[in-house]
Amino acid sequence: MASKLLHRVRAVSARLKYSRTLSPTLAAFASSRLLSDVAPSASTSPAPQSSGSSDKFEHNAKSSSVRSSLKDPELAKFSAIADTWWDSGGPFKPLHLMNPTRLAFIRSTLCRHFGKDPSSARPFEGMKIVDVGCGGGILSEPLARMGASVTGVDAVDKNIKIARIHADLDPVTSTIEYCCTTAEKLVEEQRKFDAVISLEVIEHVADPAEFCQSLSALTIPEGALVISTINRSMRAYATAIVAAEYLLHWVKEMAGFVYNPLTGRWSLSDDVSVNFIAFGTKNSQ
Amino acid sequence: MVGMSLACSLASMPLTKHLNVAIIDSNPALVNGIRINKQDPPDPRVSTITPATTSMFRDIGAWQYLQPYRHAYFDQMQVWDYTGLGYTRYHARDVDKDSLGCVVENKVLQSSLLLCIQNADFQKRIFPSRLVSMSLNPGLKSKQMDGISSEISRADLAKLHLSDGTCLYAKLVVGADGSKSQVRELAGFKTTGWNYSQNAVICTVEHASENQCAWQRFLPAGPIALLPMGDNFSNIVWTMNPKEALDRKSMTEIDFVKTVNHALDHGFGPHPTSSLLGKGNIFSWFGAGVPTSGNGGFEIPPKVVKLASERMVFPLSLRHANDYVSKHVALIGDAAHTVHPLAGQGVNLGFGDAFALSRVIGEAIAVGMDIGEASLLKKYEAERKPANIAMMAILDGFQKAYSVDFGPLNILRAAGFHAANYISPLKRSIISYASGEQRLPLFT
Repeated sequence: MASKLLHRVRAVSARLKYSRTLSPTLAAFASSRLLSDVAPSASTSPAPQSSGSSDKFEHNAKSSSVRSSLKDPELAKFSAIADTWWDSGGPFKPLHLMNPTRLAFIRSTLCRHFGKDPSSARPFEGMKIVDVGCGGGILSEPLARMGASVTGVDAVDKNIKIARIHADLDPVTSTIEYCCTTAEKLVEEQRKFDAVISLEVIEHVADPAEFCQSLSALTIPEGALVISTINRSMRAYATAIVAAEYLLHWVKEMAGFVYNPLTGRWSLSDDVSVNFIAFGTKNSQ
Repeated sequence: MVGMSLACSLASMPLTKHLNVAIIDSNPALVNGIRINKQDPPDPRVSTITPATTSMFRDIGAWQYLQPYRHAYFDQMQVWDYTGLGYTRYHARDVDKDSLGCVVENKVLQSSLLLCIQNADFQKRIFPSRLVSMSLNPGLKSKQMDGISSEISRADLAKLHLSDGTCLYAKLVVGADGSKSQVRELAGFKTTGWNYSQNAVICTVEHASENQCAWQRFLPAGPIALLPMGDNFSNIVWTMNPKEALDRKSMTEIDFVKTVNHALDHGFGPHPTSSLLGKGNIFSWFGAGVPTSGNGGFEIPPKVVKLASERMVFPLSLRHANDYVSKHVALIGDAAHTVHPLAGQGVNLGFGDAFALSRVIGEAIAVGMDIGEASLLKKYEAERKPANIAMMAILDGFQKAYSVDFGPLNILRAAGFHAANYISPLKRSIISYASGEQRLPLFT
């Protein structure tokens, strides 16, 4: 069975071998998607991890940048939803709990890659970062506080509205650009970023291979790409791990994300069996 | 002091030195500076700083401003009671350290912290005023910001009104305003606690020669402590019931000196003898040998020659805020907890709070979080609350154990003295815990 899986993994990777240098990633995640029986878009997906919506990439939403042009009735309606989304003790608590740990990983890897001072309060000053699948902005806002020029995209308009309202509350985060669009549309617009971050998204994507290609296209040469995902089936887990180990050379650093139900805390570890986050770089061509 | 130490700590860390801090304190000394004349006799208001606190001060760069002024390290401590049944002698050697603590006048501490913050490259502004009211919008947090615009009025910030009419917006409001904290009141934190039916009489006294040991004798009405301050001076903290406190405050100086000497020496009961239970050999099977100071016999404290300051009286109480934090607000120091002075721990707990909070703020900024966020502040609370409560419980336990004159209990206490004196792991643990090196009173 393992050899059959490996064979299919090789087939997939061969197909993608000449597209981008990030293709090993694509293969790693594509295989986890193709070979698993579990459709992550099923209702079993825990809402917090997918930023509140499992139908993110089924819409073809038009690219629209929602700035502070909301009218008062709309504002009131979305403010209430935003408060719930952003309530760290509310329904999205697991996501809020997970956030500092993810940010610690991102800070550490990006600082090292770009040679930034990790003891600075704003190490990402001057960097352009895109948060693909930003949801309510839970990742975008800390990145902006760390000095980056952040663009947050999400295919669900409601999320973008929530994100805009909340970001406008603080002058530091009000500079974030939020767009209701997809990664593919951004590629069409020829946008480029120093770092592309897409956390807890790829498990919801219809075509992970194409998604990864888009993410790669958005990254400048020698830029950085950070992806995280959850393994929700044994088969997906087996194949993803096998694939990742087989094709490990693109991944510079990988860490497992482990949840301790007793303490209610997430931490980084070597155990990649449940949920993991990976950082890689795009070689210049 | 505790609030200022938080500001200094934030100023000293690269992650937090960019923060904009407003210090709201109506004490004119903050604006005019604190002038200390080295020739002045010592103030009666002093604090005993544990080694842990000293090293925290060094880390933030404040200790250097303290060193030119009077301060006294002590490396020995003797604790006994009026029954004469037992005593414990602690020595810094027992834990391979140079000192058990340092006694410093509060004005010296304040001055060194003020100089530290003034010389730091740090955006701070002192508002010599008092907090009148505060509104905490459920959605907002902020560290002080000047420059208010209509957009910010919807932002997630705490709004503070001061007595001079100033209006401030802040992401985080830290209440370091003492046991009658206004911040705690306005934020609606409930407290638990009780008043001890005891007051403390505080003054400075002079000896014929230098005192280098800290002494504490538990008397029927409460303990009397003699703390070395340097230059032949010592500080007295004498706990007793309110009526006696008033008497002692109003009696003549000569009479007062007599009662102090009486209390420290033969008053109320005999001296403990070293050989009550056969020089402690009975305990040698407990631990890894008898610690060196166990063999140092009981000593009588140095005689007080004269009174060197006014006598002050303070009521004592135990109070603990049920919560230390909520969105936009955190309490540190006496605002969060007040304890009995019998072990000199109170202000050290406060400094511990300040440094813990500053570290938590630094960690938050490292991951780009908003510093007023409740979940983040709860991390500070989770770190300090257990430690503070443990200490408070222990001190309260001691206070109660020593306020009863009851035969079997006296023997138990004596056994406690002996155990602490002769069982070296226990003694080390006690010293370690009281020095702030160990967070919780467990054998580790």
